[in-house]
Amino acid sequence: MLAYAIRRFGQSLFVLVLMSFLVFVGVFAIGDPIELLVNPQADEVERLRTTAALGLDRPFLEQYWVFLKGAASGDLGKSFVYNVPALTLILQKLPATFELALVAMVMAIFLGIPLGLYAGLKPDSFIGRGIMAGSILGFSLPTFWVGLVLIMIFSVQLGWLPSNGRGETVLLAGIPVSFLTASGLAHLAMPAFNLALFKLSLLIRLTRAGTREAVLQDYVKFARAKGLTQGRVIGVHVLKNILIPIVTVIGLELGSVIAFAIVTESIFAWPGTGKLLIDSINQLDRPVIVAYLLVIVTLFIVINFVVDVLYSMLDPRVRLGGAAAAH
Amino acid sequence: MLRTLRLALAALAILGLPALASATEREVSIGLQASITSMDPHYHNLSPNNSMMLHVFEPLIKRDANQKLVPGLATSWKAVDDLTWEFKLRKNVRFHDGSPFTADDVVFTLKRVPNVPNSPSSFATFTKPIVDVKVVDPHTIVFKTAAAHVLLPSDVASVMIVSKLHGEAASTEDYNSGKAAIGTGPYKLAEYIPNQRVVLKANYGYWGGEEPWDKVTFKILTNAAARVAALLSGDVQMIETVPTSDIAGLSANKKYELVDKVSNRVIYVHLNQRTDTPPPFFTAKDGKPLDKNPLKDARVRKALSISINRQAIADRVMEKRSVPAGQLLPDFFFGTSKKLPPAKFDPEGAKKLLAEAGYPSGFAMTVHGTNNRYINDDKIAQAIAQFYSRIGIDTKVETMPASVYFTRATKGEFGYMLLGWGTESGEQGSSLRSLLATYDPSKGMGTTNRARYSNPQLDALISEAMATINDKKREGLIQKAAEIAMNDTALIPIHYEVSTWATEKGFRYTPRTDQYTLATGLKPGK
Repeated sequence: MLAYAIRRFGQSLFVLVLMSFLVFVGVFAIGDPIELLVNPQADEVERLRTTAALGLDRPFLEQYWVFLKGAASGDLGKSFVYNVPALTLILQKLPATFELALVAMVMAIFLGIPLGLYAGLKPDSFIGRGIMAGSILGFSLPTFWVGLVLIMIFSVQLGWLPSNGRGETVLLAGIPVSFLTASGLAHLAMPAFNLALFKLSLLIRLTRAGTREAVLQDYVKFARAKGLTQGRVIGVHVLKNILIPIVTVIGLELGSVIAFAIVTESIFAWPGTGKLLIDSINQLDRPVIVAYLLVIVTLFIVINFVVDVLYSMLDPRVRLGGAAAAH
Repeated sequence: MLRTLRLALAALAILGLPALASATEREVSIGLQASITSMDPHYHNLSPNNSMMLHVFEPLIKRDANQKLVPGLATSWKAVDDLTWEFKLRKNVRFHDGSPFTADDVVFTLKRVPNVPNSPSSFATFTKPIVDVKVVDPHTIVFKTAAAHVLLPSDVASVMIVSKLHGEAASTEDYNSGKAAIGTGPYKLAEYIPNQRVVLKANYGYWGGEEPWDKVTFKILTNAAARVAALLSGDVQMIETVPTSDIAGLSANKKYELVDKVSNRVIYVHLNQRTDTPPPFFTAKDGKPLDKNPLKDARVRKALSISINRQAIADRVMEKRSVPAGQLLPDFFFGTSKKLPPAKFDPEGAKKLLAEAGYPSGFAMTVHGTNNRYINDDKIAQAIAQFYSRIGIDTKVETMPASVYFTRATKGEFGYMLLGWGTESGEQGSSLRSLLATYDPSKGMGTTNRARYSNPQLDALISEAMATINDKKREGLIQKAAEIAMNDTALIPIHYEVSTWATEKGFRYTPRTDQYTLATGLKPGK
């Protein structure tokens, strides 16, 4: 287990360095931040002064080396635009994105798995078919459109929910969260549902497919023959066996829901990292782009590690480290 | 299951109500389209920032809704001679903390401006011409310049005065946190969260009288559809930059009002004349290289201008939110000529001119433009290309994000460049100098002349105008320069953008040419 963790850590470090280099090359290839930062009315002297102040006059590899040296000591550079350490800027916005993503995931899990189970157990019933049809809509409608329709219905027509922003926050273990206040919940409802919709549909379909396969298995028939209650058959025997693919997908999707909440965040003006990233890319604010992607890659690495550990707990046949895995 | 869902929805509805009722009588929320990157008035010379700063801080000279210079913290100013300007400062003005405003604060401000660390776009451009400052008495100050500097009042109007008392040890972070953001303006900074919101509270001791609002919240709503939705749902009472696609719907709705105004931003085309060889993306129709640069021929440039139907672009692409342009600024601005109407649409004349210039069957080219910088920029590029196809020029269109586009345009990698230019000084002379004077960055001439257009006669006139302090004489020179440039089709002006604001009914907003959104211009109705 320890050797496994150390090996994973080494691989992760390599991925992080490679990623930062690629982003550096990418941003360098897109264009010159000075063109966007310096006011067009400014003269050449100002332009050169700014270029030098931001270190953009140095050769590309030297710029990268300066960054690596800083990164080794935990300094990912200051935002060109905001003059604030890039990491600070992202960490300020991260709680909002995490909250949105987690609430969306919780919604998806607690609605998706029961609905999927129902649809899997009664595939030919009216409700079962309805759930499946709904999940197709959830899959195929574009997020930004659903978001706007939600706003049109719940904010503009009915006036129930606010159309944008994050509600009041309170500190929970030092982190500002909004799901504990009334206005926070009201602000959270639509964006979280909008973000959850796709994952919800995915989980419904996964659970349904798994369930349909599992109920035909001998052990389920045997459990029924033993006279176990329906609840126990489904809750323990079926659910536990279909959970492995679902956990994998939830793990992967949690990462992507954090990293790619961008569309939802910009429609609902949710003050998270997605909106920050888009603005930073448009302005070629390289320190922020690099820092954001490093944070996200780290996140993916951690989530994947946790998923692997969870596997070994759910399925005793899986051993961490690979070599000892039984077939 | 369903009952639980219904209960949950009802609960949310109840919880949501207080959030909607927050807009009481003297509070207002405004939706902005771009982020405010700092509350340090000398950190980042960027329109959204400059607009926001005007609430908290004030310059010596202000600009009215038409960008005319009006007294701010200075009650009057005059040029004593070509190199000396005297400013009389307003008396009995106090900063938000009660400390008095004096000439020392002006001296401190001028010292601070060029020394803001890491400033991505410095205000030093505006203070650099001032080489010496003399305080005559606490309310009289004299600026000396090294050479005659006609834009001095306009430059002074771009520099916010900060308090010496609070600014001396302050960094940009101290302004962002509000600690040092203590100005003389009508509002005090209450909260600044980058990329999210700015909250202002009224400054009841303001010298200019009381404002109608106790509290103003600016929300950053970069997504245009979200901005409109926020207005429709009552989360904000005013939004700026209404997307053209929503204008018809909003103006038909009795609950909202739209105001608009032509802006100081011209959308124009630069034609690459850097080399005598053909510019990039210009070829003969069969793909073979042309023998010379067609854009160096004034007849070709004119043909490219008169073949564009500007009125059609204004009517159809811009939903009437643009005004066809014949020069760099609408004709009520300083230095504009009454003799320069937009070029008449004349495709036949254009064909004739092309034939005269030696291109009877046209050539092939690519129109390059941005797709996220100006209002409907990619659609304008498409429309222009269609007009050219009509006169026999094979035209392709390529648009790209501003982050990619400007770097390449500055390097001269395009032949036909669709661009925009806002004249912050409100004077056509400075725009002619930046866009059309022969490129010579060491003299500050032609700094944004991406076409490298060059005309010695025009250069001489611009130089003379920019050294003539007498307003009347200077205006005549600028007008003459503009006429020479436009009659030579030095660039192709397309239109002036019209900015649009939407408010809930009962609010009145005074629209501005500089596209600023100011709470000071918003009044409750009746």
